[in-house]
Amino acid sequence: MDVILQILYIIVPAALIAATPLMLTAMGGLFSERSGVVNIGLEGLMIMGAFGGIVGTLMFESLGFGNASPWFGIMFAVLIGAVFALFHAVASISFRADQIVSGVALNFLALGLTVFLVREIFDRGQTDTISARIFRTDIPLLSDIPVIGPMLFSRVYVTTYVALLIVVIVWYVVFKTPFGLRLRSVGEHPMAADTMGIKVQRMRYIGVMLSGAFAGAGGSVYAVTIAGNFSAGTIVGQGFMALAALIFGKWTPFGAMGAAIFFGFAMALSTSAQQLPGLQNIPQVFFLILPYVLTILALAGFVGKAEPPKALNQPYTKGSR
Amino acid sequence: MMNALKGKAFAIIVPLVAILFGFLAGALIMLLSGTNPITGYGALISGIVGTPYDFGETLQRMTPLIFSGLAVAFAFRTGLLNIGVEGQLIVGWFTSVYVGLAIEAPMVIHLPLAIVAGAVAGALWGFVPGLLKARFQVHEVIVTIMMNYIAMHVTNSLIRTYLLDSGQRTSFINPTASLESPFLSELTQFSRLHWGFFVAAAACVLMWFILWKTRKGFELRSVGYNKNASLYAGMSVNSNIILSMSVSGAFAGAGGAMVGLGTYQYANILPSFTNIGFDGIAVALLGGSTSVGIFLSSFLFGGLQQGANMMQSQAGVAPELVEIIIALIIFFVASSYVIRWALGRLQSRKEEK
Repeated sequence: MDVILQILYIIVPAALIAATPLMLTAMGGLFSERSGVVNIGLEGLMIMGAFGGIVGTLMFESLGFGNASPWFGIMFAVLIGAVFALFHAVASISFRADQIVSGVALNFLALGLTVFLVREIFDRGQTDTISARIFRTDIPLLSDIPVIGPMLFSRVYVTTYVALLIVVIVWYVVFKTPFGLRLRSVGEHPMAADTMGIKVQRMRYIGVMLSGAFAGAGGSVYAVTIAGNFSAGTIVGQGFMALAALIFGKWTPFGAMGAAIFFGFAMALSTSAQQLPGLQNIPQVFFLILPYVLTILALAGFVGKAEPPKALNQPYTKGSR
Repeated sequence: MMNALKGKAFAIIVPLVAILFGFLAGALIMLLSGTNPITGYGALISGIVGTPYDFGETLQRMTPLIFSGLAVAFAFRTGLLNIGVEGQLIVGWFTSVYVGLAIEAPMVIHLPLAIVAGAVAGALWGFVPGLLKARFQVHEVIVTIMMNYIAMHVTNSLIRTYLLDSGQRTSFINPTASLESPFLSELTQFSRLHWGFFVAAAACVLMWFILWKTRKGFELRSVGYNKNASLYAGMSVNSNIILSMSVSGAFAGAGGAMVGLGTYQYANILPSFTNIGFDGIAVALLGGSTSVGIFLSSFLFGGLQQGANMMQSQAGVAPELVEIIIALIIFFVASSYVIRWALGRLQSRKEEK
């Protein structure tokens, strides 16, 4: 029993930490895709966020904000992410570009632009390391609960709990408010929404920009908690994994959250399986590909049918049928 | 007024306008970062054609880009978007190198066998999303993205467990499976140019032949053009989807073989994607999914990547500027609707006068 608990004390926090950026980014993808715009560019938006998070933190550090700097850094990244998402919005909503191609271009652009800027600002391939980090802490009171306390509330990043709270808020906004209803109607049947007087293009712009804001938050949280600095290799594939979590979670906030946590487990297991009894003999590669294989299986309907928003990937032109 | 001639003219004008905008944006970024764009682009051009070595390296970089461009274009023609070229290329690279290592045979057998092995591996990697699309209506884009990661992790793990030689790579392949060409290399001041360039050129002809000169090619294009009409005409849309993704994957896999058997002579553990497959999307888009267009646009992108080094050493411009330019070119080509619209407005205004 003790052995199992020891294992859980290692795995559960690691899984939650790995899941946090995925959760936030998947919420971004949710806003965009619910409004009918595919967002393959989440990876690029996360890269932008990680860059903004680190550069913002360094900036606020030098301005003397001290330990609050990373939080302001995250806010800065949210802003940058939202602005950068405009590229995708303009191309895919106003210019009627293929949304997938536009998303692919966004990923390229983010990587090129951030590394270019890093080279221009820091004269080398990576930024300085931030000194005011968000560190792992014990949550008072809750961490004293036996069994659960050390598992869920000790040595954790506060950002994880902020992210969980955000998931609840996103669920409320998307499913319980008039704004959410409009957003979803635009993604399901834009012509009907238009007839009801909803501004389709505007709702989609909002959806895509929100996706940039949340993916920016996701990327920056990864950067200021786990990475500590920014280079071309900071974000490699987390954006795509967040997209996978969104699909695996069937385009719902709690589903995406669950999938993100599950993917977090797979990631945590792949790095620590060697130390765990019973898992030592399973090659690491199986844990590495697990999220992707599961997503494919989910899409094929083996894990319950995933139904995307109906108007996903279709540009809307007023008056067309 | 919207006659066929106008359509053809647009097919050439739109990519040119996109390239122009891409380079203008690049110039603007250089200006903002304090470099003279003329110096920067001068260095870029001299990095592409300045010396025989640079030119040889440009052609070498072009080779896999042609294949990945053909792969994306082939899927495009059937109305599919194959984002999985990257993964198909990786498994093709690995498999061709494996055949190059494991088998001993005379060159006439060994080399074609290794290339075909790469193509078959890529075809299998394309077959899966094709099958899922046809059988379960799963969108091919998401599946292929996932397949990319699976390809990278699986080949990395296979190399790490079974084939690791020194550092992060396998040992060199047997010379009988090599595309290396001392003649071409010497001709270009010992660049890495290899016979694969001519294989790639032949692949362009092959795609043109398949699409425009065979019955199956007509079917594939017809399915891409109008699914319902093709179905009504008695074509099996589903089998064409599977076939198209497999052929597309085969092109990508053969591209991987060019990298493995030609450029590097080994396979290595990849820390991240090669991006050759993703660049194929840009190549195919810019080339209008035609063989000639793909050949030309892969020269542009291969040249940009090669010239980027010179831009850094001579003009102090970070090589990532090239990636920015390529990304913007994709944006502009993808947004061709606006370019067409703007050109249309200009034209009609002229006619009014």
